[in-house]
Amino acid sequence: MKKLILLFICFTTVFIARSQTIVQGFIEDKRGNPIQFASVSIKDSYDGTIADSIGHYAFSTFETGEKIFVVNCLGYKPYEQAIMLIKDSTVNLNITMKEAINELAAVTITAGSFEANDKKRSAVLKPLDIVTTAGANADISGALQTLPGAQRVGESEGLFIRGGSAEESKIIIDGTVVNKFFFSSVPGIAQRGRFSPFLFSSTAFSTGGYSALYGQALSAVLNLESVDLPERSEAQAGISPIFGFAGFQKVSKSKKISWGTSYSYSNLTLYMKMVPQKQDFFKAPSGHNVDFNFRYKTKKGIIKLYSYYTSNGIGLRSPSLDSTGLKNMFSLSNANFFTNASWKHLFGRNWKWYNVASFSYNDDKIKNELQNSNNERVPVTGITSLDMSSFNIRSFETMSQFRSVLDKKLNALNAIRFGGEVWYNKNKSKYSFYYGDFDVPIDETYSAAFVESDIYLSNRLAFRPGVRYEYSDLSMRSSIAPRLSLSYSVSKPSQFSFDYGIFYQTPDRKYLTQNANFKPMRADHYILTFQHLSEFYTFRSQVYYKDYKNLLKTDPSNQFAVSTDGHGYAKGFELFWRDKKTIKGLDYWVSYSWLDTKREYLNFPIFTQPTFSAEHTGSVVIKKFWLKHMFGINWSFNWATGRPYYNPNKPSSEYLSDRTPFYSSNNFSFNWIKNIKKTTAVFVVGINNVFAQEQIFSYTYSSLPDDNGVYQRDNLTPPAKMSFFVGIFMSWGVDRSQQNINGNL
Amino acid sequence: MKTLFLLVATVLGASTLNAQSKYESGMTKAMAQFEAAKTPAELLSSSAMFERIADAEKDEWLPYYYAALTNNMASWMDEKADKDKMAEKSIALVEKAELIEGSNASELYCMRNMIASSQMMVDPMSRWQTYGMEAGKALENAKKADPNNPRIYFLEGQAIFNTPEAFGGGKKNAKPYFEKSVALYETFVPASPMHPKWGKEEASEMLKQCNQ
Repeated sequence: MKKLILLFICFTTVFIARSQTIVQGFIEDKRGNPIQFASVSIKDSYDGTIADSIGHYAFSTFETGEKIFVVNCLGYKPYEQAIMLIKDSTVNLNITMKEAINELAAVTITAGSFEANDKKRSAVLKPLDIVTTAGANADISGALQTLPGAQRVGESEGLFIRGGSAEESKIIIDGTVVNKFFFSSVPGIAQRGRFSPFLFSSTAFSTGGYSALYGQALSAVLNLESVDLPERSEAQAGISPIFGFAGFQKVSKSKKISWGTSYSYSNLTLYMKMVPQKQDFFKAPSGHNVDFNFRYKTKKGIIKLYSYYTSNGIGLRSPSLDSTGLKNMFSLSNANFFTNASWKHLFGRNWKWYNVASFSYNDDKIKNELQNSNNERVPVTGITSLDMSSFNIRSFETMSQFRSVLDKKLNALNAIRFGGEVWYNKNKSKYSFYYGDFDVPIDETYSAAFVESDIYLSNRLAFRPGVRYEYSDLSMRSSIAPRLSLSYSVSKPSQFSFDYGIFYQTPDRKYLTQNANFKPMRADHYILTFQHLSEFYTFRSQVYYKDYKNLLKTDPSNQFAVSTDGHGYAKGFELFWRDKKTIKGLDYWVSYSWLDTKREYLNFPIFTQPTFSAEHTGSVVIKKFWLKHMFGINWSFNWATGRPYYNPNKPSSEYLSDRTPFYSSNNFSFNWIKNIKKTTAVFVVGINNVFAQEQIFSYTYSSLPDDNGVYQRDNLTPPAKMSFFVGIFMSWGVDRSQQNINGNL
Repeated sequence: MKTLFLLVATVLGASTLNAQSKYESGMTKAMAQFEAAKTPAELLSSSAMFERIADAEKDEWLPYYYAALTNNMASWMDEKADKDKMAEKSIALVEKAELIEGSNASELYCMRNMIASSQMMVDPMSRWQTYGMEAGKALENAKKADPNNPRIYFLEGQAIFNTPEAFGGGKKNAKPYFEKSVALYETFVPASPMHPKWGKEEASEMLKQCNQ
């Protein structure tokens, strides 16, 4: 009996073995690396398996005859092959899989930029990051100053990138240039940007080598993309000793239309009483802001409209260095309007059409006066340098822009983009001096056409060649600017890129009244980048060289002699490291920039380092959030070595040879989120320059030497050593139970 | 002799069963493998098996459903996995299931919820507005399709459990959802042995944690 059973078992085993075919082999990629988890199977059967860690697979099948053998793996093109299955045999099959080029696996074309959007995950600065950066005062440019490449120029607003002046950076919202992104200049006090970081869903900050789609910026482009349709209706309000704010956002039931508006009023009178300021603010900064937005989701696209209006004023006096008792009075009243309408439409066959128009105006009324101790205007003295301290400027500028871009997606990630744009700039300025008035109208029509293409040779190697044609009716010159970005990935999140481009820019129009025979200013960029971008870590290092040609050159002795013979260079090395993971709830970044730059431009008598550049600059930004208590503290430490400053006591051969002292600031803020019934409240407290370190941005000198032939100077510092912010922001209408904010934050 | 007879009968019986319902036995085997799976690699292997069955059958939504479920579970479990890439795969699978079943099935909406949640987890702070909303919407649809599906309330409870208290989340707020889920599991009968029935133990476990 036992024997019989044994026999039977043997028989069945043999029977089963005989009827099966074994299929086995290895799966690898083009470079011979094993592909783990590749799924192999016989088509239309259940038989198959997945490859192990060395890419090996083996399975048995009852199928016989000619069958189709299939291999599938994420990131690779599906593989099929006909095979012959013969009973009682083994089929050996080694397969080499071809990569499928797709967005998630492919190298990123960065064009020199720090991108921050959800899709690409390489989030460097999102709106929340900006408002929780201590010392940035919820200002976009304040947060960007903690990134490498950006200089800290405490006495004036703007983005000073890699040895470039503020004019060399353009800020773009949804494809259109924002002519006056910052509040109008006040001597010695940097102004903030006009726009709230929460308006934007993504920011791409290119510190050089940017795409052919943009132009007229010798150094950098900050590209802000506004939020699409919001998810829900919401009302918001904020209150602090310096401002009050209220607004709402309504989303239609169909979730196709949304509109909203907000109003805010700010007034620093109370604040300046509590925190004494260096200057005498007879009119503390105050202003009204109104904005409106409308969005309509069409069947195949979206229409967006955004409008913004502000009116504000400021007035201050500071003692004149020329004579005790005399004061310099400055007052400014500003009105600014910006509107932008865009339409995005998706056609069939992967065509995307993007149209946008914008209009803006800016009206500045500026008054400078030399005043006596009774705050009355000093009459004409006959001393030119004193009399020139009293003048008025009325400056009215408008800008209209139209832009159209067509984007065609080709196979895989390859794409081609082309389009054109026209800018109309009209400036009307009136300068009133003691000896007479001057009207200075300057108009410029600038047009450009551009084309660029994304070419992916594999997931590892991609190019983006582009070219931009530009024409300005002011110079009556056209120029052609080639651009090239090349990216090569070493292993998935690590890549090298090389960016090159020629960038042109019309010089500051106010110098161009006399002479139309100028060349556009030019900068050539060469940038080499290594970066490692993963979910929680960002590492970036860059070396670059920037060559300036045709910079505007003025002659201090003859204001009509304007040429474009200026030139310069900038080179440097930058590092950035951000870590959101190693310590739970802690997010920090560290950046460092080394910059070597010299130029001869404007009234520089020699080739030298400009005032807006420091050799070494760095930042450490730390944020810690306790999710359990919805409480966060933020710290930032910023430092820079001394910058050159103008000292009239030195001969012109030693122009800008002095350096300001080392700059550093420590800033602190905390935010606490509290839900009270249906209200979500965010309490914010911020202190800038916690240790009250002395910060000297530069020096101001008297316009006349004293009796000993020496020009007297004063430190140019912030209006107060420390600055403070306290505020409460509230919002209503959000169904918070839907907010799956998770414990891993 | 009796033993021999039994043996023959078993072997024969098994082979006839095989011939009669290849799908059912394939699924039974795959489900057994799924239940035994403990590592991401085993789950992926199980997912591949469900996908093979699904691709061969062409008109059964359940194997695609399980293929997506196991793939998504592997994505949760494997810390190093490229979660966006894995989600892409899960979506492709659930889309195939929807084509067969129609997107009405409550279970498929639950699946959509789980995938969206895993995508949100990549970067919750900035993604909750997109993927968080998508996940919430999927559960609403799941309720419309079948309000008595206990998995809906389990998933909903889990999302709330993981949301900070200040935003209306936490143990206390999640508890009623787990209670409802556990109650529904008491009377829940899957449409077939192969239809989704998972979640009962998980829901009870979460409820226990809420009571702690």
